This record gives sequence, C-alpha cells and structure tokens, in this order.
Amino acid sequence: MTMNKTVPLIFERSAPGRRGYRLPDLDVPAVPVGDLIPQDFLREEPPALPEVSELEVVRHYTQLSRRNHGVDVGFYPLGSCTMKYNPRVHEDVTSLPGLAAIHPYQPEETVQGALELMYNLGQYLAVISGLSATTLQPAAGAHGELTGLMVIKAYHAKRNENHRREMIIPDSAHGTNPASCAMVGYKVVEVPSDERGGVDVAALKALVGPNTAGLMLTNPNTLGLFDENICEIADIVHDAGGLLYYDGANANAIMGIARPGDMGFDVVHFNLHKTFSTPHGGGGPGAGPIVVSQELAPFLPGPVVEKQGDRYRFVTPEHSIGRVRSFYGNFLVYARAYAYIRSHGPEGLKQVSETAVLHANYMMQRLKDVYHLPYDRTCMHEFVLSGVWQKEHGVRTLDIAKRLSDYGFHAPTVYFPMVVEEAIMIEPTETEPKSTLDQFIDVMKRIAEEAQEDPELLTTAPHRTPVKRLDEARAARHPVLRWEKP
Amino acid sequence: MNEQLRFTKEHEWVLVKGNIIRVGISDYAQNELGDIVFVDLPSIGDIVEEGEGIAVLESVKAVSDVYAPVSGEIVAINEALEESPELVNESPFEAGWIVEIEVAGVAQTGDLMNQQEYEAFLKGV
Amino acid sequence: MRYLPLTQEEKAEMLQILGVDEVEELFDDIPEGIRLREELDLPGALSEAELVRHFAELAGQNKNLKEVVSFLGAGSYDHLVPALIKHIVGRGEFLTAYTPYQPEITQGVLQSIFEYQTLICELTGMEASNASMYDGASALAEAALMACAATRRELVVLPSTLHPEWRNVVRLYLESQDVSIVDLPYDQASGIVNPQALEGIPWPDAACVVVQQPNFFGLLENVAPFRDVVKKHGGLLVMAVDPISLSLLKSPGELGADIVVGDGQSLGNAMGFGGPSLGFFATSGSKLIRRMPGRVVGETVDSEGTRGYVLTLQTREQHIRREKATSNICSNQALNALTAAVYLSVMGKEGFRDVGYQSLQKAHYLQEQLLSMEGLSAPFSAPFFREFVLKAAVDWEDINLRLMEQGFVGGLPLARFGLPELVLFSVTEARTKEEMDHFVDLLRGLIA
Repeated sequence: MTMNKTVPLIFERSAPGRRGYRLPDLDVPAVPVGDLIPQDFLREEPPALPEVSELEVVRHYTQLSRRNHGVDVGFYPLGSCTMKYNPRVHEDVTSLPGLAAIHPYQPEETVQGALELMYNLGQYLAVISGLSATTLQPAAGAHGELTGLMVIKAYHAKRNENHRREMIIPDSAHGTNPASCAMVGYKVVEVPSDERGGVDVAALKALVGPNTAGLMLTNPNTLGLFDENICEIADIVHDAGGLLYYDGANANAIMGIARPGDMGFDVVHFNLHKTFSTPHGGGGPGAGPIVVSQELAPFLPGPVVEKQGDRYRFVTPEHSIGRVRSFYGNFLVYARAYAYIRSHGPEGLKQVSETAVLHANYMMQRLKDVYHLPYDRTCMHEFVLSGVWQKEHGVRTLDIAKRLSDYGFHAPTVYFPMVVEEAIMIEPTETEPKSTLDQFIDVMKRIAEEAQEDPELLTTAPHRTPVKRLDEARAARHPVLRWEKP
Repeated sequence: MNEQLRFTKEHEWVLVKGNIIRVGISDYAQNELGDIVFVDLPSIGDIVEEGEGIAVLESVKAVSDVYAPVSGEIVAINEALEESPELVNESPFEAGWIVEIEVAGVAQTGDLMNQQEYEAFLKGV
Repeated sequence: MRYLPLTQEEKAEMLQILGVDEVEELFDDIPEGIRLREELDLPGALSEAELVRHFAELAGQNKNLKEVVSFLGAGSYDHLVPALIKHIVGRGEFLTAYTPYQPEITQGVLQSIFEYQTLICELTGMEASNASMYDGASALAEAALMACAATRRELVVLPSTLHPEWRNVVRLYLESQDVSIVDLPYDQASGIVNPQALEGIPWPDAACVVVQQPNFFGLLENVAPFRDVVKKHGGLLVMAVDPISLSLLKSPGELGADIVVGDGQSLGNAMGFGGPSLGFFATSGSKLIRRMPGRVVGETVDSEGTRGYVLTLQTREQHIRREKATSNICSNQALNALTAAVYLSVMGKEGFRDVGYQSLQKAHYLQEQLLSMEGLSAPFSAPFFREFVLKAAVDWEDINLRLMEQGFVGGLPLARFGLPELVLFSVTEARTKEEMDHFVDLLRGLIA
C-alpha cells in the first residue's frame, strides 16, 4: 500500500456551505439573537471552522492515524515511559454511561458507584506504595509532583518551618522535578551521582541542613538502577528535618517487590499512564495521583472520598492546600487504572514487575557488546546504553534513533539522562513477546554494523517513513504555529 | 579573524573599542551549540555586572547563557539576530555579534585570553 | 496472566543467558530490610468477564445522564457528541501513542495538534495556541503566572464572579509563588463586575486582570473597562472563556485579550464525572508566545522539502530548561484535544454556530418558563448565554433528589458555594422543548 507524502490539512479540504453534523431543528420559539444578547457582544461572522462532510472527517483522521506509531502498531521501547499494552476491555468498561455520562455535581447519593471506585483505588494505591492517604486530583505526573511539593511546603509551614525551601534533586532527575520545585518557589540543590549511578551519599550529607525541605528521588532511578543506599539516604534527609518525595515514573519495576513507604518516602506520585496501563493518547491524558503518609494526609487537596458505613462521601481534609484542578481529576483515566489493578490482583502485579525486569536485563545483556554500557550492573525495568562507540564513526545517537524507524520500531528515549553521553534508554516492558525483543536486539546490532560500514545511511535516516528527517531548526527560528488561509 | 579579539573561558569573545566592548561567542561555542534558533537579547540601558547573564542563546534542544565579561551598561544590541539568529552560526565573529557594553573608565581585559591562548585552552577542553 | 506473553521455556532461556537461577536474584540490589515478603493486600485477579460484570455493577450504582435529564453545568456540559468521535479517537494509532518525540513516525498526532492549535486560534482570535493543558482551571492559573513573569509583577486581580473551583486552583498556584491576589466584588443587582469596582485597585502593580466570560453565573461581563484600565498601566488582560459561547460572542482577540484560556470539555468530550477534559491556552505576540507553558507544534519541511510538523519552541519546556522552564507541565490532554479538533471539524462553521444558537434559545426559553412560576425570581439582570441563576427560598438539594425520582436533575444549588437560595441552570442544544416543559411542570409541583 502506498502512502502519500503529505495529508492535506482539514482546512484545505473545506468547501463553503458543506456540512458535516446537523442538529435537530430548533423546537422552541426562535427569538432574534440581538434581543437576547446586546449586539455589542456579538461577532459578525462565526469562527472560520472547516466546512467538510462527515466522510471527509473520517477519512482525514484515518489517514493521519496511519502516519503514526503506537503500542498497537509496534514495539515502543521508550525509556521511562512504560509503553505497555493497553487492554481494550478498559476502553469498554470506562465508556459505560454510568461512568462516562455522569456529571461532577450530581448529588452524592446518585454517584455512589463512582465514589466507591475512587475510594477503593485510593486504598489500592496506598497498599502498593506502603503509604496512607491518596488524592486522585492531579492530572499527570508533573501535576502530581507539584501537588506533592505543595503538600510538603504546607507541612513545613504548619510547623513554623517555612524557611525550608531547598529541595535536593539528583543530577540524573527528570526535568519535571526541578521545574516543579520552581513552581512552589523552592530552590533546587543538585546532588551528584556516585560511580555506581546512585546518589552520592557523602555529597548528600554535606548538602542537607536547616533549610532542607526534602529530597526528590526516582527509585529505580533514571539509569534504571535501584539505589541500594536508599535507607541511609532516607535517614540523612529525615534527620535533617526534610521529607522524601518518590517520583513514581519507574514504579513498574517494584510492584509487590518493594514499597516506597517502606523505603522511607513520605510522598509518592504514580504515573497511571505508565505503570497502570492507561493509554498515553499521543501525550495525554494521564493521571498522577499522590499517596502520602499519615502525617501529611491532612494537607491533601480536597475533596477526597471517605467511607462511612456503606456510604461514600466527599470530605475536605483538615488543612487542605486547596485544589490543583477543577472537579476530581481525570476520572475516566484512573478508572482504567482501577480496572488494571483489579484484573491483575496482587500476584499479577508482582509478575508484571518481575517480567519487566527480566526483559530489561535480557536485552541489556545481549546489547552490551555492541553498545557501550556505562553502568554494568543488574538493572531494573530499563537500562541506559551510550552511543559513544558509534560516535567515533560520525554517527550520533539521534541517527540511531531515526534509523530504528526504518525497521518499524519506535526509538528508545535518547539524550536522557544527561549524566550519560549520547544516552539510549531502553524500556521493553513486560507485555512484549520475546520474539519482539529478539528482533529489536538484532536490528540494534545491525545498526551498529551500519554505523561502521555506511555511516551516511544513518546520518540521513529515516528513509522509509512518510516524511524524511524534519528541519527542527527552521521550525524554531520562524515559528509557524497555525494554518493561515492563503 | 580580528587579532584584537580576546576570549573568556565561557567561550565569549570581546572586542575593545575605547570604553565600548563588543561581545559575541566563539566559533567553537556556536559549533557546540548547533543551530541557533533564538537569541534573547537584553534591553539597551540595562546595567550589568561582570559574570551576570546578559543574553540567552537557544538551539533546538539546548539553552546557553552569555555572561557579561565586564560590568557596565548595555549600549547596543544586535537587532539582526531577532530575525536571523543563524548569523551566530554563520558569522560568529562579525555579523553574529551579540551586545555592546559601555564600561566606566578604561576596559580591563588583561586577564582574558588572546587567540593563541584560547586555542591552547580549547585543546584542553 | 493475560497480558504477559513470556513462556516458561523463554523465561528459562533468558535466565540462562543472564547466568542466574531465579528472577528473584535480579532484585538483589534491593536491601533485604525493605523487600516485601508478603503479598500486597489487594483483591484477587478478575477475568475479563468478571471485570466487565464488576464495572457494570459499579456503573449501575450511578444515575447517568442518558437516563435522566440534566440542567447541570458550571464547567461540565451535556452537549450532543457526534457518533464518529469515539471511532476516530479510539483508533489505536492515536490512543496508544506517546508524545510525538520522533516526528517522522508521529506525523498523525503532530498534524492533528497543529490543526487543533489553528482551530483554537480561530475561536479565540489569538495568534498561537499550545497543544493543551490539564483543564480550564489549571490553564487559568498558568496564565496568571505567565502574566506575572511577562510583566515582572506579583499581583493578580481576580473577579469574584470566577468559578469558585477555578478561583481555588488559581489561588493555590499563585500563593505557591508568593503572588498576591486582589478581589473585584460583583454588583448584586447585575451579577457582573461594575466599572466602579475597578477603582482603587493598585493597577501599576497588577500583572493582569482576569475576566471569565460568561462568568460563573452564566452572565456576560463588560470586558472593555477591564481591558482599558489594566492596559493603561502595562498589565495584561487574561480571559477565561466558554468555547461554545465563541460561536456567537466576539472573540477575546477582538476584545484585546493577551492570554485566553478555557475548558474544552464541551467540545465533544464526555462529562466523565469531571475528567478528563482539556484546558486550552492561547496568546498573541512573539514575546508572550515564547513564554507560553506546554507543548507547541510547528510547521516545517523535511530534507526533501516536504511539509511536516514537529514539536517546537522546546527550550521553554522542563526537559530542557528544568527549573527555568515556563511551567513544569509535560503530559497534557492530547487525546481530549484531538476530540475537540474532530468535534469542531465535523460541526463545521455552520454546525458550531447552531450549537451556540440553539443553546442560547433554549436557555432563554427555559428561563422564561421558570420565571412564570410563583416563588421563582431572577436575581441578576445582566444578559446571559446558556446558564442562568434563579432564586427561591426552598431547599434545592432536596428538590433535586425528588426530581431525580422523576428522571430529572435540576440546576446546581449554589448553597455549596455559600450562596443560599440560588440555583444555576444550564441548558444546551441537547435539551428538547418536551423535556423542558415536563421539567417546569414537575418543578411547579415541588415548589408549590
């Protein structure tokens, strides 16, 4: 099947007077608009939306969809993103009218099923994290970070320690960590990694003090390594009066195996769109609930769901920070995570993590002869290679990423974490068959050969995609952010 | 290249014209940054301290500060960079200059590197 | 497990290559003291059939708005949703894609976002839109913060007619960065902010003033006085708008807004108990565009000159600028933005105008019918779009429960926001005359 190089924009398909959807005829007496709203408020022309038929809309988006990679299309080993299979039954059960067609302000008595789901999901996440109380309000991981930091700040303020405004973050952290700190007015203090890829404990000891608000950590960290010193790290931070924040981006490695609460963390966010399999949707919606210790529970955003006898009701925690968004968060997203937990059970979740870790180690073992492995030790659910060997042939990690597209694979995460030069971060997940892992390994080896034999094949890749390498500098120099009528 | 240029360890160059100092980035620096897509310039009249960030260079996926090599007042900015940031790549020492700072008294650039010293410095980077 | 394809043979082979006997050993880096040695205390696994049954039970405990007729709004609206949307948005290529970081194999998502951005610009009259935010409330909070950064001021002026939940979100975001808030009271007779309320505000310190249009009561604010006073002193005009209203109302761009945000739930998204929805965010002028939070898609060409799309202006974002980023947002609401784009495309110019027109007509019809009733009055005089407030000395919560038995949800009692006796009705094009007439009859019986 051939594919056109470009798909016209929906606006370029438009013809004046053509219509897609039609409403029923107006069944109340029509009053001139100007009698209801003063003319001064009204626009002269309706917005210039496309004028297309329903078939054109369907065809347009079907054509666009065919120019897109997804988990359904092929392997997606994007490190730190946990691109696992998204069970289709979750789409069905969350589109039931009893969940999809309920209004957030209906009387509580008429949405008991929704509240029960929220309450139980909060409990499940508390069990999985080893902590106490949950808010489902944050809409994404970064939103969860922001919420968690606001809770930490409110906790310190309540204890008259508002001067604690330094948040310690490893140099290998996700960019959202420092960005979230800035949003609550925290100063970022960077702690270096040690030679095994973990937090440099001696450096940490020197950094904590009376102004320490806490430490944000991903564990396993962004190198895919479990920080063995976590208990000592937790003690150092707690002894200095700080709190520990767990970035749950990598929770797919530890379900049923270890719990952040037991490691000493006080706040955890989960990326339900990673670990708990809610679809990424091309960039969202996600859900980033946070779970906190008993001490922090009174500061959570409200409302939260409480169970009284066999009834569920919304309550606002005693010292609630307020709200981080309207209503109750991305309900239909976290309902999918609820379905995921229910269909796996405790044993299933543990198997998920065990398999994810086994897959990652298997791939790492088989690739480390052809790509540099800067931290050669057992990894968790993902691992980080370096393209420095290929760089000697004039081939950069970006070229390897682009070349993978020619073989039908999505690239791993590249150039992150920044502590590894030419980083290639691979996360296979547990839902891929071994045959796919093997195919990917073979292709990576072949690309390593190509890098030696024919570097230009890589530096000009991709060759088999609908468009060739795109000029990102041009897009940024002279931004064209919308279509304009010619 | 102009023999008068002096270099900082942050890869800026300066050119002294009396009490006015013109600032840009070196060829090495523009090459490391890659395609410059945007230059965030200061305003004329801004008072800057030595070592303070005075401009920001953005490539597609990196951001780099330009630091004031001397204290003084910003008296000129290269407005051509607003439309054509690529000048920093194409002509780092000429058309791609960034700002001019006026210093009080005589500009002190004695501790900066000359061309040969800078090249030697680059070998050690 | 259903979703784990690894066979025993394959597992054995992998372990052999790794030189370990048990998967257990791969977790040796985890100190023994924190290894979980018991099973998680969770309910046992359900098969697909059991899961479906369980969800049917949960969903069955909720009254859904396919079986009852609702006049609830206040940020979540029951508009008609064309059938094709779920089929398009449900396509695996969209549903199961990540953020389009590799543009050559994600042109589908990138182009759809570029089209979404264009559609938002058409509605708002602004020059540029980002790829979406979490919801309207958090988008407004980010807009206020952006205004502070752009003007280097630390004061935001908020109208008291802003949705109380949005206000709560904005307050929290601003307080977290030590930004102060000044409130503008509303006029008790009109229900909107009077120009007199704008006097006595320290405008030279104000980064921006916010106008919600229509306001929380559904009423239309007079934007010009806000704009004139804030701009005179170098601040920005931030508007929070209902996208459906933009089918009829002047665009914020035309009114002089600098930043425009809103919630896009009503553009084809399910109510879903309040989420997921999307926040839209638009602005004008290259200086402000470079301060926008969130992802943005731009047009470019490939190495052969073919038109294509990429994420651009990325140096604003957290993965590059870290603590100096314009926001910490990473994941947004892309699939909901896609929904909005499909909705606006299939509705088209005429269809979209019809949605606004019919909502307006029906809302005014219902208001007129209700006002003919003894004991009900309209407390506010300003013109409204598709939501309106009525007043009666009755227990609206109790009335709603009794209406529910008859298959109706009434308006939203505003007592929960500290406004006793007031109730906020919302009417969309999805309501029929028959439903409204029936509702009026029932309510008459309950209030009498």
